[in-house]
Amino acid sequence: MSNEITATRDEYAKQYNGKLLLRNEILLDNPVFQHLLATKQFTPMKPIVRKSFRMHCNRCGNEKTTLFGKFPCNQCKSTHAYCRKCIEMGRVSECEVLYQWSGGQPEWPKHENPCTWEGELTAVQQKAADRIVTAIRMNEKETLIWAVCGAGKTEMLFPGITDALRCGKRICLATPRADVVKELYPRLKRAFRTVPVQALYGGSKEKAGTAQLIIATTHQLLRYKEAFDVMIIDEIDAFPFHADPSLPFAANRARKPESTTIYLTATPRNEQRKLIRRKQLPHIFVPLRFHGKPLPVPQAKMCYSLKRDLQKFTIPKSIISWLKNRENSNRQLLIFVPTIILAEKLKRPLGLTLQQTGLLQSGKKLQSVHAQDPNRGEKVQDFRDREIFVLITTTILERGVTFPSVDVVILDAGHDVFDEAALVQIAGRAGRSPADPTGEVIFFHQGRTEAMNEAITSIKEMNKRGGF
Amino acid sequence: MNCLVCQNEIILQIGWANLFQLSVPRPICEACAAELELLKGNRCRKCSRQLEEQLCSDCRSWEEHKEMDTIEFNYSIFAYNEKMQDIVATWKYRGDYMLGEIFREYVREAFKQKFSFIGKDSLAIPIPLSTERILERGFNQALQLGEFLPIEQANILSRIHGEKQSKKTRMERITTENPFFIRQPINKPVVLVDDIYTTGTTLRHAAQLLKQHGCPSVYAFTLIRG
Repeated sequence: MSNEITATRDEYAKQYNGKLLLRNEILLDNPVFQHLLATKQFTPMKPIVRKSFRMHCNRCGNEKTTLFGKFPCNQCKSTHAYCRKCIEMGRVSECEVLYQWSGGQPEWPKHENPCTWEGELTAVQQKAADRIVTAIRMNEKETLIWAVCGAGKTEMLFPGITDALRCGKRICLATPRADVVKELYPRLKRAFRTVPVQALYGGSKEKAGTAQLIIATTHQLLRYKEAFDVMIIDEIDAFPFHADPSLPFAANRARKPESTTIYLTATPRNEQRKLIRRKQLPHIFVPLRFHGKPLPVPQAKMCYSLKRDLQKFTIPKSIISWLKNRENSNRQLLIFVPTIILAEKLKRPLGLTLQQTGLLQSGKKLQSVHAQDPNRGEKVQDFRDREIFVLITTTILERGVTFPSVDVVILDAGHDVFDEAALVQIAGRAGRSPADPTGEVIFFHQGRTEAMNEAITSIKEMNKRGGF
Repeated sequence: MNCLVCQNEIILQIGWANLFQLSVPRPICEACAAELELLKGNRCRKCSRQLEEQLCSDCRSWEEHKEMDTIEFNYSIFAYNEKMQDIVATWKYRGDYMLGEIFREYVREAFKQKFSFIGKDSLAIPIPLSTERILERGFNQALQLGEFLPIEQANILSRIHGEKQSKKTRMERITTENPFFIRQPINKPVVLVDDIYTTGTTLRHAAQLLKQHGCPSVYAFTLIRG
């Protein structure tokens, strides 16, 4: 009998430990729940606290007055505040309670040989991987892995994750972008076949988030508190992680007090570079792509009629003449544009021009994709399978995706959405496969911007550090 | 002021029109407002559906069933496009009450234009939610819309708990039993207020009950024509 109770308790612990949940997110009948509450295995907590001049949401850390709303609540018959910032995860309002499990830590299994990945790391990758293993073993607070685009960051993590699983630790791999989660999930499952892995993102089928190894968008971390021994945050410089303060807040809260955080990036932002220079953030730099070839250096091409042409949704002449004279016309084309409207409206004229010049057999071989496109997943897959030859995209494909052999073009590289990090990432889409390790990267612009100059300098510098 | 939909700051363009007088800040930015689709052109005189004819086939068959042909007409403001579906999902299902504010001006303006003939003593009656549903959501979105109107609002209908309308098929919705009951008799004209007109069955059920209890005429005013 007592055995049975400990068994269910461990199950509850696995399910509820390390989370902040509303009552309707706890799937227990009321008598059971009340019993757990009375025996202090759930600790209640106010979801919204009032500080002297502002409010604070205990789930997402929101303190912006404009992101708190008021509504006449029928449950408590009074008008009170709710948080608009994290409303997509279910409304947190003043008359509700957040519950945190306090009935003991769950026991996670120790996996002896969890890694089923059979590839091999290159010497530079191995060095970084060893550093990660040490950081995790020693419970070092944080480490930054700065690895150029295409260095094989995910594989470098495998030894560290393996080691953590051997010690019975709980691991979270978080990234700001849902697309990246969807791409990494199958790879992670294949690399750790015997370990339960769950993927969490807005709209994912899996919602429980109770596995030992979790891969999630940083938004999903808002439900966690002191849950993970190892927290790996991929692409820390990506939108919205660096722009939305609630996400670092959530990531920081989701890890246990005694834990390791590992940041991965190809393009650290100024704040991180500053910390690195001041030696306040331990880091390791991986300057080489896994195939050992340098990063393609972008060329900036001035195009005087660019803005005027784009406003009329026509294709500038200099772009067509470049298209005709590509180094390797077998490469697919990835065209980045700054806005969704451009992505949609340029599709037809570009398709027609390319067909007239004989560079494209049919209009179907050219597609455009953006964040609000319901078929974006299929289109990206078609591009990967070479069903589509030219893909016009917004910045959603700037990172985390791999196409074997492409040339990359940015139209209006001087636009505000293309900051230095974005430009470096976009340039990093080219030359990613050992079979075709180079590729052309062209910034079409009408006036160079600081971001473009910095991106080109920093790519050259990274190549130099890699010994080229 | 930030846009309630996209959270971006709304930057007021200063022009001759607002240079000398303070204008009321709008709660929705122009980019988001442009994505909402206002119903325009010729519509069915009975249900506000956009079409060339005077009366749509649905309303013709409602007219054949006298006992259910209980509303004079319905007027809707918006089409139920993708943007609106997103907004309604956050507003109603996620429970973001504040988001309803973006409709205030639209509702007031439309009421002024289409219901000016109605007497000042007429009543706005919101379509109620069942007790279970209102506890789950916290508020009634129809009541919120009713508050934007310049006439008095009376919350005199109640509703028996059942399956969500949006989860039912068209046939189930039309043949469903009247889920409402009324708490007091009424002798004034009524404008029923709701967020979405889909088949019109809900509104007609409510109107039927009101008429049985003495109401002379019932109109319907809905935000969206689904």
